[in-house]
Amino acid sequence: MSEPLISLTEVTRRFGTGAAAFQALRGVDLSIDEGDFVAIMGPSGSGKSSLMNILGCLDTPSGGSYRFRGLAVEGLSRDQRALLRRHALGFVFQGFNLLARTSAQENVELPLLYRGESATQRRERARAALASVGLEGWGHHSPAELSGGQQQRVAIARALVTGPSLLLADEPTGNLDTERSREIMDLLTDLNRDKGITVVMVTHEADMAEYAHRVVRLVDGRIASDVRQAERQDGGGRA
Amino acid sequence: MIWNALLLALREIRRNLMRSFLTILGIVIGVSAVITMVTLGNGATRAVSDQISSLGSNLLIIRPGQHLGPGRDSAGSAAFKVADADALRNQINGLAAVVPVSSKSVTLVAMSRNWSAGVTGTSRDWFSAGKWQIVSGRVFNDAEERAGAAVCVIGETVRRELFGGLDPVGRKIRVKQFSCDVIGLLASKGQSTMGNDQDDLVAMPLRTVQRRLTGSVDVATMMVSVRDDASMDLAKDQITWLMRERRHIGPGDNDDFSVMDTRQIAETLSSTTKVMTGLLGAVAAVSLLVGGIGIMNIMLVSVTERTREIGIRLAIGALEREVLLQFLIEAVALASLGGVVGIILATVASISGSALMHVPYLFNPMINLLSFGFSAAIGVIFGYVPARRAARLDPIEALRHE
Repeated sequence: MSEPLISLTEVTRRFGTGAAAFQALRGVDLSIDEGDFVAIMGPSGSGKSSLMNILGCLDTPSGGSYRFRGLAVEGLSRDQRALLRRHALGFVFQGFNLLARTSAQENVELPLLYRGESATQRRERARAALASVGLEGWGHHSPAELSGGQQQRVAIARALVTGPSLLLADEPTGNLDTERSREIMDLLTDLNRDKGITVVMVTHEADMAEYAHRVVRLVDGRIASDVRQAERQDGGGRA
Repeated sequence: MIWNALLLALREIRRNLMRSFLTILGIVIGVSAVITMVTLGNGATRAVSDQISSLGSNLLIIRPGQHLGPGRDSAGSAAFKVADADALRNQINGLAAVVPVSSKSVTLVAMSRNWSAGVTGTSRDWFSAGKWQIVSGRVFNDAEERAGAAVCVIGETVRRELFGGLDPVGRKIRVKQFSCDVIGLLASKGQSTMGNDQDDLVAMPLRTVQRRLTGSVDVATMMVSVRDDASMDLAKDQITWLMRERRHIGPGDNDDFSVMDTRQIAETLSSTTKVMTGLLGAVAAVSLLVGGIGIMNIMLVSVTERTREIGIRLAIGALEREVLLQFLIEAVALASLGGVVGIILATVASISGSALMHVPYLFNPMINLLSFGFSAAIGVIFGYVPARRAARLDPIEALRHE
């Protein structure tokens, strides 16, 4: 591959000023190729979330540079970053973050609404996205009527529906039991392998990180280790 | 984009139906109050002018003093005499009738019943000038007028109160110390817009009232009807000129009497109702403003409550202006909905209110449009601050919000 999808050079992130200042990232160099599946691990306070927010274009680095497909993100305005998120990124959160009292179908349609797609197109694509996460026919249910695993599937469908090149998952299994966690991880693995979507996932569970091709460990705002692991066999080798 | 924002806004309103209803209540009350007040006020104004113009366009009313209505300063101005009426009749051409009027409020007794009413002393021309119809009996004749005979023509209300269902003609009414023959009954005119009963009256020859009731030869007002072929303005000028001469008013001094035509009287009276309409409308407009503050309040609460939702929207790529527009349109949709409900309510209230007040219902498209536009504008003004707050949220903070 000629150019990496993501390339971070000497990225720092500082919060506050003066004595109260806190350095969350102290110079991170990271390059992620298209199609990779990366797990970011580390103890709390190591800068995982800060890194994730920068990767997701929700935040900008205090120093260093972040290039997404060669585009310098730190030079973009708030709205330009929103457009980048809209067209190239998908988010999956620990807390699912679905709109309450809104059907699964409408939740999945939401990103398409902002892309200005027609009602029929929205309906079709959202239905297809729900089917691809195994929730065919669940579209009319509201989040409250769905289990945690199902809610996370809806969230993944919402992230997928726009056909993003990068899927950012922040502790996607943090609120789920082991069985449900495995289902979600299998789903992410399938999406990565079958659709070629690059997945970057923050987790503190080692067995979830095993699903990734590459594990990046952060300690005190720096990369402590960056290990590429052998690809898992589909369905086998579960710990 | 606007269509999508509208869709989102309507979805949100539907989702919080009860709260949306309570939010728009202020606007509903404000809009309906403004429209109802103005509509009823216009109806009352119209009724007053209709009533005055029903007297005919060729009628002039001459009173001592300069002002009509409450606080008129007729006290300092000398009253007219019968000679003034005679002078007008004899010296000015083109007048159909000159009717002197003098009245007094007295207690009437008949068939052992009491009733208090105004007695109008006048000439028989008064009936035609005031467009009164006789349903039974007759009006007084020339001889009775000259002699000051104890005869009277009564209104429908007086008949009902004193004689019940009986025909009053040929019966007697006791007025103060004297007894008076009822010779005629007037057709009912109903209630006037100013709220007084026009049928509550007794008409007698002027001389009878002067001799037996007021005890003076004063004439309170004079009604002049101008012939159809004569000029009103010319008649007015001639009357003014003659009265100034008779009342010895110097060339530089102001008139101490007024000559008004029915149009002027209608304008004077309806200007009062117009001021009232304006004041009531202004009070109602304040409630519209309060309604707007209610919308702002709820929108601010809503933004706080939906912080996480806003975070989600921003994270999946909503632009600042799209979030702004969503909340702004939500506020405007709420306010406009309030406006529409208010207009419906106002229409119902105005129709039943005007029926109750016996004034015509005049649909005023201008005030309806204006109120609707104003309520929508209130949505924009009071929705902007909460909407901007929503749009400026930091997506990371918003997503972390519980």
